[in-house]
Amino acid sequence: MYAFEYLRPDTAAAAAAAASGADARYLAGGQSLVQAMKLRLSSAERLVDLGGLDALRAIEVSGGRVVIGAMATHAQVHASAAVRGAIPALADLAGGIGDAMVRNMGTLGGSFANADPAACYPAAAVALGATIRTDRREIPAEAFFTGLYETALQPGELILSVSFPVPTRAAYAKFKQPASRFALVGVMVSQSPAGVRVGVTGARACVFRCAELEAALSASFTPEAAAAVQLPVAGMNADLHASADYRAAMVVTMTARAVKAALGR
Amino acid sequence: MDHSVSLKVNGKAVTAQVEPRTLLVQLIRDHLKLTGTHVGCDTAQCGACTVHLNGRAVKACSILALQAQGGEVTTIEGLSPDGQHPMQVAFKDCHALQCGFCTPGMVMSAVQLLKDHPGATEQQIREGLEGNLCRCTGYHNIVRAVSAVAARG
Repeated sequence: MYAFEYLRPDTAAAAAAAASGADARYLAGGQSLVQAMKLRLSSAERLVDLGGLDALRAIEVSGGRVVIGAMATHAQVHASAAVRGAIPALADLAGGIGDAMVRNMGTLGGSFANADPAACYPAAAVALGATIRTDRREIPAEAFFTGLYETALQPGELILSVSFPVPTRAAYAKFKQPASRFALVGVMVSQSPAGVRVGVTGARACVFRCAELEAALSASFTPEAAAAVQLPVAGMNADLHASADYRAAMVVTMTARAVKAALGR
Repeated sequence: MDHSVSLKVNGKAVTAQVEPRTLLVQLIRDHLKLTGTHVGCDTAQCGACTVHLNGRAVKACSILALQAQGGEVTTIEGLSPDGQHPMQVAFKDCHALQCGFCTPGMVMSAVQLLKDHPGATEQQIREGLEGNLCRCTGYHNIVRAVSAVAARG
C-alpha cells in the first residue's frame, strides 16, 4: 500500500473540509477500499476516516420511509428490527452481503460510493426508488449510479444517508458467485402503488432497472409472468464465471424467484 | 508521519506508533508480537486473520490499525487465560484442525457465530463460517466442533 496522510474528523462538516482541495478519499468501513489500496488498484494522498462520525450510524423508520445513515454497517441493517418490520427484503439483502466479518465493518454509504457492478445495495436502491442524501443535495438512485464504479458524486461530496420508501412488497434474490460472495446476478423486485420496479445488479457494467421484466410484472405480478420474458443478451457481462447468455437467463430466473418470495411474505 | 494508536488488546491497554497504512493485523503480529492471529490470503477471502473488534468478528488484514483507535480487540490469545475456552476444547475434542493455520480465525468466527445464534443448526454453522477457508478442507470436523458447543447451549 502506498503511504497516505490520515485524518479522523468527528463531524460531517469537518470531514468535508478535510477532503476538500486534496487528492482525498473517504474511508468508511474499508472493506473494498483497504483491499484495493493494498493491491495498489487505488491510492489517495489523504484518507479521511469517517469511523468517528457516530451520527451517521442512525437508522430511522417514519412516514413510510426507512432512512439509513451512511455509516450503518451491513450487520446493523440486517439485525435492525425497524428495517425488518418495514422492508424485510432490505434486511435480508444486508445479511447476504460478503461474509459475517465483512458485514461487521462494511457500510451502506461505502457500498453506494464504491458502486461495485456486482454489489447488492444498488439493486435495492433502484428497485425501491431510494434517494441518496449528501452534504450538498439529494440524488435519486437512478441518477446516482452512472457506470462501472462510477457515481454522480462530485469530488469531496459526502453521503450522509439513504432514504428507502416502504413498498407494498419486495424481495431480493441473489445468485452468489461463491468465491467472491458478490452477486453473479442479483435482482430486487418491488411492488407499490406507484408500480412494479425491478433492479438488477451483477449483470451489466452498472445496476439497472429492467424495463422488459417491469412491463411483464405490471401486467401480472407472478413468477410465471417473469419466467416467460426473453431478455436481450447485448450489454450483459461475460467473464470466466458466466457468459452473457447465462447472465441474461439468470436475470429472468432470479426475478421469478424474487417475485415468488415477495408474494410469500 | 507516524500516528499514535491507543486501544485495548486482550484487556490490556496498549499504545503504539504506526504509519497510517499499518494494518490492524500488522499491529497485532509485528508490534505486539501476538502471532496467534494469522495472515492467510491477505485479500479478505480466507478469514485466518479474524479477531474481535468491540465484540464483533472482523478481518484484521482489511482494517487499518488506526480504524481500531480507542477500540477493544480480542485475539485468539485473549479468548481464555488458559486456552480452555469451550470452543477451543471442542476443536481439540473433535479434531477440528489439520495443519492448524486457519484455526485461530475459525475459532474467533465460531465464537461470534454462536453469540449471534446460540443453538445454531448445522446449516447455520456452515453458512455462518463461509468467510473462513480451510485449505486442508477439514470442514466436517470444524462444523462438528461448533455444533457440539451449540448443542451445549
